[in-house]
Amino acid sequence: MARVEIENITKRYGHLEVVHGVSACIEDGEFVILVGPSGCGKSTLLRMIAGLEHISDGTISIDGEVVNDVAPKDRNIAMVFQNYALYPHMTVAQNMAFSLKLSGLGKDETRDKVGNAARILGLEKLLDRYPGQLSGGQRQRVAMGRAIVRDPEVFLFDEPLSNLDAKLRVQMRAEIKSLHQRLKTTTIYVTHDQVEAMTMADRIVVMRDGLIEQVGSPLDLYDEPANLFVAGFIGSPTMNFIEGAMEADIFRGTGGIECHSNLPAAFHGALVAGIRPDKIKLGKSGGPFEVLVVEPTGAETQVVVQSGDLQLVALVQGRVTYRPGESVGVTLDETAVHFFDARTEQRIEHLDRNLGSVSRQ
Amino acid sequence: MSTSVRPKTKFRHSRLSARNREWIAGYLFVLPDALGLLVFLGLPMLLSLVLGLYDVDGFGAYRFVGMANYTKMMRDPLFWQSAKVTALYALMLVPLLYVCGLSLALLVQKTNRFNGVIRSMFFAPHMVSLIVVALVWQFLVVDKIGVLSRLTPALGLGGISFLGDPDYALFTVVAVSVWFLMGYYMLIFLGGLQDIPAMYYEAATMDGAGPIAKFWYITLPLLKPTSFFVIMISMVAAVAGSQAFDIIWVMTGGGPANSTSVLIVYIYQQAFSFGAFGYAAAMASILVISLMAMTGLMFLLTRGGRFSYE
Repeated sequence: MARVEIENITKRYGHLEVVHGVSACIEDGEFVILVGPSGCGKSTLLRMIAGLEHISDGTISIDGEVVNDVAPKDRNIAMVFQNYALYPHMTVAQNMAFSLKLSGLGKDETRDKVGNAARILGLEKLLDRYPGQLSGGQRQRVAMGRAIVRDPEVFLFDEPLSNLDAKLRVQMRAEIKSLHQRLKTTTIYVTHDQVEAMTMADRIVVMRDGLIEQVGSPLDLYDEPANLFVAGFIGSPTMNFIEGAMEADIFRGTGGIECHSNLPAAFHGALVAGIRPDKIKLGKSGGPFEVLVVEPTGAETQVVVQSGDLQLVALVQGRVTYRPGESVGVTLDETAVHFFDARTEQRIEHLDRNLGSVSRQ
Repeated sequence: MSTSVRPKTKFRHSRLSARNREWIAGYLFVLPDALGLLVFLGLPMLLSLVLGLYDVDGFGAYRFVGMANYTKMMRDPLFWQSAKVTALYALMLVPLLYVCGLSLALLVQKTNRFNGVIRSMFFAPHMVSLIVVALVWQFLVVDKIGVLSRLTPALGLGGISFLGDPDYALFTVVAVSVWFLMGYYMLIFLGGLQDIPAMYYEAATMDGAGPIAKFWYITLPLLKPTSFFVIMISMVAAVAGSQAFDIIWVMTGGGPANSTSVLIVYIYQQAFSFGAFGYAAAMASILVISLMAMTGLMFLLTRGGRFSYE
């Protein structure tokens, strides 16, 4: 097990800089997820940790030792690739044993290690199959097996679940998490799926355009997003944003939204208020909002409403009787409203969140 | 008044099922090529098979002789000599083309401007007529005045007669054939190499494989379909390729002492030098049949270049 330190890492392809001096520290045994939209530099960062990409500037250390110029095989890390990258001409057992064979390990020991990994992952019956004869989930497990047999200090996962269907993804998510709880190996995991990040990570690193936007535990990011980007990226359905400004202690936003706030009195700039869909209550019919779409999912129902230019998504527990075209009132849970500076997009801290709920019907 | 048999429906229905229409369209598309092959390859092959049963003088006289041409072949020492030379030529050419083609492809695999130029250079011989290639090489290796012939004494190898010595002539024409063909095989291997996804090499890097391990465990096994194709077509090229005839015909004419007389050269001589068209046709038939048998066997053994994991 090991601690991974990333200090001021920059990646340039020719003149194009794609990662701009990023720093982070992954503690021993921690499960950290790098998340962000496509092209944010998360995979590049992971590949630099793996040693598959040259580091333009900065240092990466594993257990206190700078590994910038250490060959990938000598970093004692194992990687699970997005497309599994299982060797198609080797059986499951041969795939898992390949690294051991190259390291010159004896036959008996190799068989033990492969057998052990196969047992952990439930692959015992598939050892003689070829990757082409396996299902997506089984291939995924073999890819993990290949990483496990090496008993590495760090596991790297590069979007390992993106090729699986939705149901299998949920199942494998749980398997990876329980595997980590069992092996306690430091894990760095890249995904663009914030649900994966939320459900699996000890800590999440949110990236955008080659920079880190915020680092924190899943619920910290959910409860106190540092900026508009993180607020919009974490959480599903995504947070609603309402542009507006303070007038005395009342925030007046587009669509006629109003809510009380005790923002620092000096703050007079343009604001964006953010509210999670489950913190919006829909009132009785006859309000200023029009129901556009109703999406029932069984346990809860997602309702899209509109007033003027403002569209809001509300998440209602249970089932609703709203119909498209119906007019409704909207109530915000004022304790749950986040405020962001419209210019810098940064979060503005509340002084006191204990305000009564006042609504506009 | 409508007398249509089909009842009026909302959609226009085709008389043919969608599947049949696709089937017919497919065959219509390959029909022109199939016809061309049949008329210009299939028919002549069939005719030459028939011709092998006749004694033909080339002036219009045909006399049915049954299997006489074939029994003559069995007793003809020059036929057996040519068969032996053909086998030797193929046994040298096929592995050399494989090794040279693959080595060149590995060398120029990375795409950059420099390698682009190198690739074009290796392929350049194919831009030139084979006859010209053979003449230029003849000029380079001809006794006494050839550039290479003058070089060998300087290197202490003595005055080697590349084309005049029966011990060397076959090696010389093999070398020229390899030189001419390897650029083409390089291209085929380049295509094969590009088909191997980079992720396997990255996974192998993580698994601790160096360049040699990557070649043995990743490149070579995953190149199997390409290798199969290369060995198959280089075998055909060795036995019946235009380079085998043109280079040998121009550089040695099959000599000295029949040491480079491959079957297609001998067949040509029998037909057009000695007018034994029937005999030549019989030998050509044997050549084609044995080639078909060889490729067929290879196809069966490797299941058409597919492998157990598919």
